Amino acid sequence: MPSLKDLKNRIASVKSTRKITKAMQMVAAAKLRRAQEAAQDARPYAERMEKVVNGLALSVRGSDSAPRLLAGTGSDKVHLLVVMTSERGLCGGFNSSIVRLARLRIEKLQAEGRTVKVLTVGKKGREQLKRDHSDLFVGHIDLGDVKRMGYDVARGVARDVLGRFDAGEFDVATIFYNRFQSVISQVPTAQQVIPAPVDEDAEATTLYEYEPSEEGILADLLPRGVATQIFTALLENAASEQGARMTAMDNATRNAGEMIDRLTIQYNRSRQAAITKELIEIISGAEAL
Amino acid sequence: MADTFSFELVSPERRLASMKAAEVEIPGAEGDLTAMPQHAPLITTLRPGILRAAGPEGEKRFVVTGGFAEVTPEAASVLAERALPVEDATGALFDELIAEARTAADAAPEEARAAADKLVADMQALRSTLGV
Repeated sequence: MPSLKDLKNRIASVKSTRKITKAMQMVAAAKLRRAQEAAQDARPYAERMEKVVNGLALSVRGSDSAPRLLAGTGSDKVHLLVVMTSERGLCGGFNSSIVRLARLRIEKLQAEGRTVKVLTVGKKGREQLKRDHSDLFVGHIDLGDVKRMGYDVARGVARDVLGRFDAGEFDVATIFYNRFQSVISQVPTAQQVIPAPVDEDAEATTLYEYEPSEEGILADLLPRGVATQIFTALLENAASEQGARMTAMDNATRNAGEMIDRLTIQYNRSRQAAITKELIEIISGAEAL
Repeated sequence: MADTFSFELVSPERRLASMKAAEVEIPGAEGDLTAMPQHAPLITTLRPGILRAAGPEGEKRFVVTGGFAEVTPEAASVLAERALPVEDATGALFDELIAEARTAADAAPEEARAAADKLVADMQALRSTLGV
């Protein structure tokens, strides 16, 4: 049975925990709004880029001169998994769900006899994957000093990935991130970026004149397309992270509240018990005289 | 014949302009071109330069550093790697861009060297045109 003093201290500590989680929740809510806006603003560019790349890809695919970023290297032996996670914790299952998806994919690919390489973006995913798969790591991109998720960051990641592709380090690249659906639901997603996926069903687009050649434009556009996809993924991830943190902190705040209620009842009961005990002692003392 | 068409300028981070335009001057990789309504469908890459759109809502000028433009009879959309209104362009920004382009040019493999050097030259030309 904890003493009254213990209970009082306990209540005070849970109260300050609740204050912190409440503050974190509100900060996350504010950041979430900004992250969502950024994701929204980036959408028109990404959509158009995808449409144009797709249209070009369909028309060039058959020819021998199709760039390697589109046609692939001709094999799919070596896979690069780009696992994007957050820099900070306290965001519920956000990081674990990405890592779980990546881990499943690693096991599946290894069972099929493929070589797997892992590039981590963000500290948390690296920590979680290190336990089982540290031998697969080929690199890490730290986002710790990134204040605002700008296109430059995505370009940096894309440059790293494309450099490795040009050096022949891998055949297929897949990015892992959380797609933002709502504050309470983020969907871990795996998306192949190299070779560029082509949507077969896309309707035939207008016949364009190309300046310079179709191949020239594709060679220029495909790397940009990769950067754009990574940028979109990073933005979705940023929004998801804040959403997940908001939900997690909301839960934590509520739990702390419940705990305070329980402890307060316990505190009052034991205080009352102590008073009653003292009274009984005084009365029985008086009667004995 | 329609005398205006829609013009859109988007960068990866945001949409910079969406307006009606009568003519759009685009710094294409193979030379400047002016797109007007009913232009034949065209896709071209961009070089660093000034993008100018004029229409009933007035004239707007932007600095773009690369990307591509898609022109159809009804619309011109420019997807720029980096874009900003001409008024916002500063010498410091160009210093940064030119330094970046030069680093890339130095690191470029032999076959891409000419293109990378041209990028640096284009940036410098653009800077002196703007006089910043």
